[in-house]
Amino acid sequence: MRPGEERSLLHDLPRLALLGLGACFILLPYVWMFAASLKPGSEIFRDSLTLWPERFYAIENYGKALSEVPMLRFLFNGALVCALILVFQMLFAVPAAYALAKLRWRGREFLFGLIMLGLLIPYHVPALPLYVVFARAGLLDSFAALVLPFTISVFGIFLFRQAFKSLPDELIHAARMDGMSELSIVWRVIMPNAWPAATAFATFSIVAHWNDLFWPLIVVQSHAMATPALGVLFFRAEEAGNDVGALMAAAVMVTAPMIILFLLAQRRFIQGIATAGLKG
Amino acid sequence: MSGEAGRAILIEGIEKAFGKTRILKGVCLNLREGEFLSLVGPSGCGKTTLLRIIAGLESADAGSVRIGGKDVTRLRAADRDIAMVFQNYALYPHLSVAQNLAVPLVMRRLSSLERVPLLRHLVPGHAQRRSAINAQVQQAAEMLRLGHLLHRRPAELSGGQRQRVALGRALVRQPSAFLMDEPLSNLDAELRAGTRREIVELHRRAGVTTIYVTHDQVEAMTMSDRVAVMMEGELLQLGTPREVYENPADLRVAGFLGSPRINTLPVCSAPDGIRLGALHLPLQAEVAPGAELTLGLRPEALHLAAEGLAVQIEHLEFLGAEVLLHARLAAPDARLTARLPIAVAAQLQRGDAVHLRADWSAALLFGADGARIASSASELCLNA
Ligand SMILES: Nc1ncnc2c1ncn2[C@@H]1O[C@H](COP(=O)(O)OP(=O)(O)O)[C@@H](O)[C@H]1O
Ligand SMILES: [Mg+2]
Repeated sequence: MRPGEERSLLHDLPRLALLGLGACFILLPYVWMFAASLKPGSEIFRDSLTLWPERFYAIENYGKALSEVPMLRFLFNGALVCALILVFQMLFAVPAAYALAKLRWRGREFLFGLIMLGLLIPYHVPALPLYVVFARAGLLDSFAALVLPFTISVFGIFLFRQAFKSLPDELIHAARMDGMSELSIVWRVIMPNAWPAATAFATFSIVAHWNDLFWPLIVVQSHAMATPALGVLFFRAEEAGNDVGALMAAAVMVTAPMIILFLLAQRRFIQGIATAGLKG
Repeated sequence: MSGEAGRAILIEGIEKAFGKTRILKGVCLNLREGEFLSLVGPSGCGKTTLLRIIAGLESADAGSVRIGGKDVTRLRAADRDIAMVFQNYALYPHLSVAQNLAVPLVMRRLSSLERVPLLRHLVPGHAQRRSAINAQVQQAAEMLRLGHLLHRRPAELSGGQRQRVALGRALVRQPSAFLMDEPLSNLDAELRAGTRREIVELHRRAGVTTIYVTHDQVEAMTMSDRVAVMMEGELLQLGTPREVYENPADLRVAGFLGSPRINTLPVCSAPDGIRLGALHLPLQAEVAPGAELTLGLRPEALHLAAEGLAVQIEHLEFLGAEVLLHARLAAPDARLTARLPIAVAAQLQRGDAVHLRADWSAALLFGADGARIASSASELCLNA
């Protein structure tokens, strides 16, 4: 042990305690959600607050959530929609970001200005015209309607541009001398060296679209197309009524994949945010 | 490496401006087949820009580049058959040494279908081409003593090893010309001397035409067949290391080459010859009387003597076999540096008043615009 290490831990203690308290505060609703998903309805609304259920009711709650609505179908839809959105977002955002960060052409700054402007517009604004377009095209209640509006992400372009800017020009020059085309450079040289940014973006994108309720609510009517967040809503509206235990079980099933994903990607995610914030 | 002989390179009238700043002002350069030419000049004079234009990574505003008689001005970098070693090596951080070395071959020899994992095994002849590439990578690695590092990533290598990988990646595909942009500037002094020798040896073996950019005049002088001195976007002189050192065409060239720097003294021409203040110098030059000139004297052209220029010693620098004597000349007020053998200078002390005699046959005269003026030492005074 280095000298002074003990003291520095002591020194950090108030800070750690404060952060820990904050974390508990934020986590509490999730803990309550999880606890509630294990209890029968009669226990949830008792005036004494207990964490652990007296009567273990998990099988009934989760069973109900899984059987009364196609919960697995919702989860599958969510995974498919998120994956498709992410693939297309990367497909468009990465080359665009490369062109903005590393190629010299007329109008580049202007176009980048427009992209920055795009960042300022919340996606709820064009929702109505988009709805009309999909309605006219007869594409409502389909995966296309869930995926297409999000295939181009200005945020993705911005994030990747900042990350690419910090890569040395010489690397690109070397690749050109070695005979790579610009697209080869993007996918073989730039992307493999921008993993932190890609992970950060993927996390943002997946969480946002997994949890999105607004757009699916507009374009989806049937259970077969519902995404997890919308699925929970259906469940609440139609079957669960006021069976809070089952509702919480559904909510746990919907949030669990995101929590697992974030824990897996955590380190790279934080690196990505840091590089995007500092460089450029 | 068996390598075909390098090609001649002819560069004519290259102009380049970034915004309103003119960076290159009509640079012309010609390299013979297999020649090793150093492009030397202070930082920011446009060396890298010129190299990028030759490589095809940057477009010139005017001028042309010909390689082996073929005009390549409009060709992409990849189609010019040139390899480049970058100042910061520019190795692919995510690839192993072996993969780094293989990239130029893979990109050139394998079709895009063959570069896709799994699919590549379906392409007929792939296995042979792949093993030929591996053999070549192996050969380059052996030559550069990288054999035991093939599976490492660049981040796990020392500076010198990265440097050798960068060299290997350039020579593995046997290009007809090498461009090297200050390849040694990130190495420590000892490694630099070793790598310098290694590069010269590689060049001798492969015979590839090489343009070697450096701001270090020692590298330029020791390595090259010819040296091109560039300043502020202009090529000032092109010649063998000896020519540019002994016979600089411009005051700036004389000032840049040689360490310690050449001594310069303001002189003027009088009807009866060249004068330094009141002193009549044993030099003859064809200049109009009254012209302001600059006299250049290399430190090794000054010797300790019983009479000559009277100076006071300001500082003595001990270099082992030699001593650098820094002294002040009273009239006109100027500083002089002399390179003296240790035996001669052993007794000297700071503050001593001594005399320095110049070797006038090695004296250089420059006009007010910096251009060289032919001069000769007059017989009469050489004896004096
Ligand atoms: N892409 C560029 N845009 C603007 N100015 C540049 C660019 N590249 C180089 N310069 C400028 O050109 C000058 C010469 O640069 P460079 O060729 O790198 O010099 P050197 O390699 O001799 O040190 C410098 O003043 C530099 O600032
Ligand atoms: Mg440079």
